[in-house]
Amino acid sequence: MYAQLVKSEGMKSAAELSPQERAFQDRIDRGEKIEPKEWMPEGYRKTLIRQIGQHAHSEIVGQLPEGNWITRAPTLERKAILLAKVQDEAGHGLYLYCAAETLGVSRDQLLAKLHDGSMKYSSIFNYPTLNWADIGAVGWLVDGAAIMNQVQLQKTSYGPYSRAMIRICKEESFHQRQGYDIMMKMAQGTAEQKAMAQDALDRFWYPALMMFGPSDKDSVHSTQSMAWKIKINTNDELRQKFVDQTVPQAEYLGLKIPDPNLKWNEEKKGYDFSEPDWSEFFEVIAGNGPCNKERLGARVKAWEDGAWFRDGLLAHAEKAQARRAAARVAAE
Amino acid sequence: MSSEWPLWEVFIRGQHGLNHRHVGSLHAPDAELAIKNARDVYTRRNEGVSIWVVKSVDIAASSPSDKGPLFEPSNSKVYRHPTFFEIPEEVGHM
Ligand SMILES: [Fe+2]
Ligand SMILES: [Fe+2]
Ligand SMILES: [Fe+2]
Repeated sequence: MYAQLVKSEGMKSAAELSPQERAFQDRIDRGEKIEPKEWMPEGYRKTLIRQIGQHAHSEIVGQLPEGNWITRAPTLERKAILLAKVQDEAGHGLYLYCAAETLGVSRDQLLAKLHDGSMKYSSIFNYPTLNWADIGAVGWLVDGAAIMNQVQLQKTSYGPYSRAMIRICKEESFHQRQGYDIMMKMAQGTAEQKAMAQDALDRFWYPALMMFGPSDKDSVHSTQSMAWKIKINTNDELRQKFVDQTVPQAEYLGLKIPDPNLKWNEEKKGYDFSEPDWSEFFEVIAGNGPCNKERLGARVKAWEDGAWFRDGLLAHAEKAQARRAAARVAAE
Repeated sequence: MSSEWPLWEVFIRGQHGLNHRHVGSLHAPDAELAIKNARDVYTRRNEGVSIWVVKSVDIAASSPSDKGPLFEPSNSKVYRHPTFFEIPEEVGHM
């Protein structure tokens, strides 16, 4: 989802584990949290850096499609709300970079990898937000899918990641509600507004389903990550839960999920639904989505344009420190 | 390529009367900006009444491998807990 395609290390069988690895796995099986300086297998550390980094990048890049509408929000109140929501996403990115940094990688290193394309962010943010209803759909569906993923990750085995998730989850439900609130206003508005809301749902439905990553049968990285409790639920489990939760919400709005195969399945007590177009997903991940260049371009530009400012503040801090040190010497 | 701002650990007092508690870290050029950034990153919803920041490099920490020697000695000293002593009921609450 926010980390859709995280390469994990190969899964070792119980017999192949060294005594140290065995003891580590036992701790995880007992539900113990792993903390920063404790021993961990190199693969666990690397997979976590990839996953937390990808998650952090998604929060940061995720600000762009919504930030696009801050200056054009229909009322001052909506603008203030959207601003607070987007600011939260910046915070989420920072909590996650901070968790990743406890694994021995620096934030600037992670950002460099985002900027040179070697690390990814969620495919969803490569779709455009064309009108105000899209901001409603993003909060409702995108944050809704994000929450679905993040709630289970509160139980993840790595302490700093788990704590970041707990904090993020507390803040997320406002995001989804503000989105649904926009959708309610639009769906209960004029015929044109309702049509805009339907159009937004039509465009965001399948990209939202893709957020959970490829189907379990094609997801090669899940087994080891689940054994390590870096991942708790499978992609398909989460996608199913998301669909089951969202369909009644769409019904309340009087909007139609754009899926002719959507049908309640009494036996599994859940909906049957169409898979998204996975070839589109892989294209977007590969950099060929509608907004990949724009998003990454905006990130790189912000980073490069801000360099003089970051350097200036650091130079100021160093000078002030030198002045303080000199004053101390003079006083002695 | 500019150099990275130092890392600061952030501690927040959630309410009057409570200890400051570690909440996470952030990057900032100096202490003053670290506090300002901590305000924006960690207290957007009234989570605090006071902020401490300290450079991460200045924190000394016990090593996980010392867990045994450091903490096990207290395991055997059960008499440090009031429940170790049985006080007859007639004596009343103590
Ligand atoms: Fe988000
Ligand atoms: Fe978020
Ligand atoms: Fe969010």
